[in-house]
Amino acid sequence: MATAEHAIPMSHPAPRSYNGIWSWIFTVDHKKIGVLYGVTAVVFFLIGGIEALLIRSQLMVPNGQVVSPEAYNELFTMHGTTMIFLALMPLSVAFFNIVVPLQIGARDVAFPRLNAFSYWVFLFGGILLNSSFLFGGAPNAGWFGYANLTELPFNHATHGIDFWVLGLQILGVASMAGAFNFLVTIVNARAPGMTFMRMPLFTWMTLVTSFLLIFAFPVLTVGLIELMFDRLFGTNFFNPVAGAEPLLWQHLFWLFGHPEVYILILPAMGIVSDVLPTFSRKPLFGYPVVAYSGVAIGFMAWGVWAHHMFTAGLGPVADSVFSMTTMLIAVPTGIKIFNWMATLWGGAINFKTPLLFALGFIAMFTIGGLSGVMLAAPPADWLENDTYFVVAHLHYVLFGGTIFGLFAGIYYWFPKVSGRMMDETFGQIHFWLMLVGFNLTFGGMHVLGMDGMPRRIYTYPTGMGWDFWNFVATIGAFTIAASTLVFLYNFFSSVRYGKLAGDDPWDGRTLEWSIPSPPPHYNFAEIPVVHARDPFWVQKYGGEGHGHRQMAPVPIAGGAHDTENGHAEHAHLNIPMPNESFYPLIAAAGLALALGGLLVGLPPGQVPDFPPSWVSVVGVLTLFVGAYGWALEPAMDE
Amino acid sequence: MAEASLAAGHSAAEHATTTGLNHRKVLMWAFLGSECLFFGSLISTYVVYRDHSLVGPFPQDTFDIPYTSVSSFVLLMSSLTMVLALAAIQRANVKEMRVWLAATALLGTVFVGGQVYEFTDFVRHGLTLSTNLFGTTFFVLTGFHGAHVTIGVILLTSLFLNSLRGKIKKEDSLTVELAGLYWHFVDVVWVVIFTVVYLLPY
Repeated sequence: MATAEHAIPMSHPAPRSYNGIWSWIFTVDHKKIGVLYGVTAVVFFLIGGIEALLIRSQLMVPNGQVVSPEAYNELFTMHGTTMIFLALMPLSVAFFNIVVPLQIGARDVAFPRLNAFSYWVFLFGGILLNSSFLFGGAPNAGWFGYANLTELPFNHATHGIDFWVLGLQILGVASMAGAFNFLVTIVNARAPGMTFMRMPLFTWMTLVTSFLLIFAFPVLTVGLIELMFDRLFGTNFFNPVAGAEPLLWQHLFWLFGHPEVYILILPAMGIVSDVLPTFSRKPLFGYPVVAYSGVAIGFMAWGVWAHHMFTAGLGPVADSVFSMTTMLIAVPTGIKIFNWMATLWGGAINFKTPLLFALGFIAMFTIGGLSGVMLAAPPADWLENDTYFVVAHLHYVLFGGTIFGLFAGIYYWFPKVSGRMMDETFGQIHFWLMLVGFNLTFGGMHVLGMDGMPRRIYTYPTGMGWDFWNFVATIGAFTIAASTLVFLYNFFSSVRYGKLAGDDPWDGRTLEWSIPSPPPHYNFAEIPVVHARDPFWVQKYGGEGHGHRQMAPVPIAGGAHDTENGHAEHAHLNIPMPNESFYPLIAAAGLALALGGLLVGLPPGQVPDFPPSWVSVVGVLTLFVGAYGWALEPAMDE
Repeated sequence: MAEASLAAGHSAAEHATTTGLNHRKVLMWAFLGSECLFFGSLISTYVVYRDHSLVGPFPQDTFDIPYTSVSSFVLLMSSLTMVLALAAIQRANVKEMRVWLAATALLGTVFVGGQVYEFTDFVRHGLTLSTNLFGTTFFVLTGFHGAHVTIGVILLTSLFLNSLRGKIKKEDSLTVELAGLYWHFVDVVWVVIFTVVYLLPY
C-alpha cells in the first residue's frame, strides 16, 4: 500500500462524482486539461489553415477575384492572430500541462483549479474573437493592430477591432494564469532530488517561457487597454490631434511582441531537446549550455524589440543598437543548434516520426534564423521589411520551427497520453508531404520579397515577375493541407485502433516513461526520488546512460509494472487527489461576459455612452460568484 | 516532514515543497512581479506624454499637492495597520487581527474616497478622460491603481467577515500575509505614482 506522505493532503477523500462529458467539464486534472487544450488548439489550427488557404487562393494568380479586399484584410489578420494565440500557444500549453508534472515527478500542477480556469478562459476568448465574423466583421488591421489605423476615425465600419482588443485581453488572462501555474509548479513542486540541473530540457524551456509570459503580457494588456479606452471611452492615447504618438503603440506592442516570439519557439526547442537524445540513445550534448542558452534567450529577448521598427524612423543610433542586440541573440540560439547536432553525432539513430520532425525543425529553423540575421541589418531590412521576405522568415521559424517541433511532441507523447502508437507509415507520409509542401509554399517567398512584393496586398498585377512563385506557393499550401489531413486521419484512427504502446515505447530517458500509458489519475503511485539527470534511463541502465544495456531493465518502484497483480494493486491505491470543481468554469464565463459585454450595443463609429450593457454587469457578478465559490470551496491546502 | 512544515510556520496539513515556501506565496510574488510590468507600462505612458498636451488644464494648474499628500499618508498608514494585523494573527490573537484589518480597509476606503473627490474636482475644472493627454494618461493610471486598492479593500473585508465565521486561525496566517503582500505592493505603486506624477517638477 503506497504511503500518503507525498500525496496532496485533503480534508476528505475525493469522490469521483462526475462521469462522461461532465468529468471533462469539471476536471482539474492536468492530463485532461492538456488534452482539452490540444484538441481545441488543433481545431483553431484548422480554422487558421483555412484562412491561409483562402489567402493563397486569392494570390494564386494575378488580379485574383476569390475574396474582396476587405475580406482579405480580415483573413490575414485572423490567420495571424488565430495561429499565434489560438493554435501555437495553446498547443504548447497542452504539452506543458500533460508533460511537465510527469517529468518533474508531481501528481498535478500547483494550482489545478487555476489550470482549469485558464483553459476555459482560452476557449471563451477564442470563441469571442472568432464570433466577430458573425457580428459585422472580423478584425482587419493585422495581428499587430498598429495605431492609429485601429483608431475610430480610421476603423469604424465594423467592430472587428473591438473584438480583437477584448478577445486578446481575455486570452492574455488565460496565458498568464497558465504561466503563473507552471512557474510555481516547476519552482516549487519537483520530486525530491530533482534539482534544476536534473530537469528535462522541456521543463526548463517551460520555466523560461513562463517567466516571459508573465512579464510580456502585462505590456500588451496595457497597450490594448489604451487602444480600448480610445475606442470605447474617448481617451487620446494614440490620437495625434491631441498630440499623441502612434509610435507608442509600436513600442508597447513589440516590447510584448518580441518576447512573444520566444514564447512561441522555446517550448518547441524544449521538445526537440528531449526527442533528440531519446532517438539517438545518447544524453543531450552540453546539457548545461543548452539550458543556460535558453535562459540567456529569455533575458536577451527584452533588448531587441525595435528591430520590428527599423523603418519607423527611430534614427541611426537606435537602429544600430537594436541591430547589434538582435545579432547577439543569434548566438545562444546557434549554440543550441550545435549542441543538438553534437547530440546526434555518434548516436544510434532511430528514424521514427518524432525524430524526423525534430530534424526538420533544426533544418527549417536554421533557414529561418539565417533570414532573420539578414533582417537584423537595418540597411537590408529597409528593403526587406513589409515584403514577402519577412513572411518567409516568420513562417520558417514559426512553422518550420514551432509547428514541426510541436508535431514531434505529438508523435512522441501520443503513446503516453492515449496508450497507443500512432501509425509510423502515415507519420512518415505526413512528415515528408508537409516538408515538401512547406518549402514549396514559403521557399519562393524569399525570392518574392527580394523582387519587391509587399505584404498584405490583396492582389498584384501581372508583369511584376511575381506570378510564378505565388502560383507555386499556393500549390505548396494545398500540399500542406493534404499532409494535415494525413495527420488527422492518423491521429483519430490511432486513438481507436493504434497498436498498444506500453509504458515505455521509445526506451525513454525521463520520468514520464516510468509510469503506465495512459497514466493513472494520480500519476505516480509513489513520488520518485531522483538521483541523476535522465533519471529513468539511469534507473534502467545505470551509469552515464550512453545507451548500452549494462543490466536488465530495473522497474522503478511504483512506476512501470507489467503484472496483472501490479495493475490491480495500484488500482486500489487511495491516493487523494484534488476535487473536480465548477467554479473555474463559472469564473471564466463571468470574465468573458464582463469583457465581451462591452461589445453589446456599440453604436457605429463613435464612442458609446456609459454605462456598459447589462451583460457586463451580469458578467462581473458571475465572476464574483465564481471567485468566492473557488476561494471558499472545501478543497485542499496547496 | 510534518515537523519541518510546522517549523516553517505553515499549516500542519501542508506537504513539503521544493523551496520550502508555500505555493501560494510563490504565486503572489510572481503575480506582483508581473504587476510591476503592468503599472510600469502605464507610468511609462504617462511619462512619455508629459509636456505633450496641446491644451490645458495642465498638471501644475490642477494638482493640490497638500491634499494628495494627506491621502498618500493615509494609504501609507494603512500599510502599518496591515502589518499589525498580520502580527496579531501570528500571535493567535484573532480579535486584534480583526481590528487592524478593519482599520486597513477603512484607511483604504478613505484613500479611494479621497481620490474620487479629487477626480470629481478635476472634472469640474475641465479635466476629463478626453480633454487632453494629461487627462487621458492621469485618469487611466490612477484609475487602475484605485481599482487595485478597491479590490484590496474587498479582499480585506472578505478576510474580516470570514474571521467572524471563525475561519481564520493562527495556522491560516499565510492568507493574511498574502493579502498583506498585495496591499503593500499597491501602496508602493502609489508612492511611485505620487512621486512621478505629482511631485516631479514640470
